[in-house]
Amino acid sequence: MSGPDTPRTTGAPGAAGTVTVTLAGALTYLFPGAPRQIAVPAATVSEMIDALDAGWPGMRDRIVDSTPAIRRHMNVFVGGRRARLDTPLMPGAAVFVLTAISGG
Amino acid sequence: MADKVLILLGTKKGAFIAASDTERRSWSLSGPFCEHWPMNHVVGDPATGTIYGAGGNEWFGPAVWKSTDLGATWSHSSAGLAYETGEEPIKAAWSLTAANGRVYAGVQPAGLFASDDRGETWTPVKALRDHPTREHWQPGGAGLILHSLVVDPDDHDRIWVGISAAGVFHSADGGKTWEPRNKGTRSDFMPEDQRYPEFGQCVHNIAKAPGMTDRLYQQNHCGMYRSDDAGASWQSIEAGLPSSFGFPAAAHPSDPDTLFLAPLNGDIRGRYMPDAKAAIWRTRDGGKTWQDMRKGLPQENVYFGVLRQAMATDRLAPAGVYFGTSSGELYASADEGESWTEIAAHLPTILSVETLVVNG
Repeated sequence: MSGPDTPRTTGAPGAAGTVTVTLAGALTYLFPGAPRQIAVPAATVSEMIDALDAGWPGMRDRIVDSTPAIRRHMNVFVGGRRARLDTPLMPGAAVFVLTAISGG
Repeated sequence: MADKVLILLGTKKGAFIAASDTERRSWSLSGPFCEHWPMNHVVGDPATGTIYGAGGNEWFGPAVWKSTDLGATWSHSSAGLAYETGEEPIKAAWSLTAANGRVYAGVQPAGLFASDDRGETWTPVKALRDHPTREHWQPGGAGLILHSLVVDPDDHDRIWVGISAAGVFHSADGGKTWEPRNKGTRSDFMPEDQRYPEFGQCVHNIAKAPGMTDRLYQQNHCGMYRSDDAGASWQSIEAGLPSSFGFPAAAHPSDPDTLFLAPLNGDIRGRYMPDAKAAIWRTRDGGKTWQDMRKGLPQENVYFGVLRQAMATDRLAPAGVYFGTSSGELYASADEGESWTEIAAHLPTILSVETLVVNG
């Protein structure tokens, strides 16, 4: 069984352009069984989120609103920069899906 | 035989459930549920025992949560709970009702959605969203929100919704067509010659009286009203109340002449209990006269409010009455408001109170 440091892989085996996604803990709490780190095939942030949604139905709605855009208080970082849905992903990219400071 | 009474609470930091037997003397509290999301409305479907929660989270957006095991486990979905691409996204789900196998959800910005698969997927009630008056709807203090939902238990095609601050709208055909139902309700915030518009009123809460096909009650920002013609016209029933301002209205489970209100001291006076003394006000004659019910409620330094969905009755006899406060207390009466007990305190701000009686 994969531990938190072992990326889980979803999508087609051997698919080109696999990226490694690290998910905010608060997001994984909403999807029992979702790991903190996962490898998915994706060429853009939007494709990456679709791959997450295929594994955990509903996860896209938690990250993306109907604009469509990444939710205002969610951040997706690629290469240390805030990304958008159309941000391209290089094979092997490390992507972080984080919750911004919010709440009250 | 009914053997368990549940009080379903939506709060700013999750859902809670208080449980008792039908004596309703002692209560146990469980929660918080729903991952501490702000939960605007938590309701039970008496036909299935399913509990639904309407919420919205600053990070993760709107969703309707669901528990089929009386709160032990929960799931969530917002599949289909979205406007068209390019429109302002939905911020939160605000109100719920379950009737005849269908669940309705009211959302912010104001709109109505329906689910025929117990909250798994949602479809928009487009005729309300496309209503020709919509471009003129103005948000209330908390936003443009569809917060009140009433479905006639005897004719599920008859629906009333309350939108702040667009007023009451009614459908007689299951949501295919809608019309404003605000005649006789005041808009004190408009110029003097425009105080009775067709729509645009600041409705706070609607309740349907039991056993009378066309009787409704409405607590409005500007007055308290009764309608005996399904909302086609409204009559003021605020004479005798300490204030015309309040949020919730809770109907009795079997007597159409009995109603419970929680008047506050006024919209620009702090919105707390009048004279800082807690009271629930009850009518037994359809709003002709009112009686303040105070026994067991604090009578000194009471600066809490009661929000629009935070008061409910149960279906037992005598009826239980329950209300939650902005400062996190939950009060219960097992004798139709004659006496009260604080059954929980120190909770987050209570946004909604509903009941579910589970048959054993």
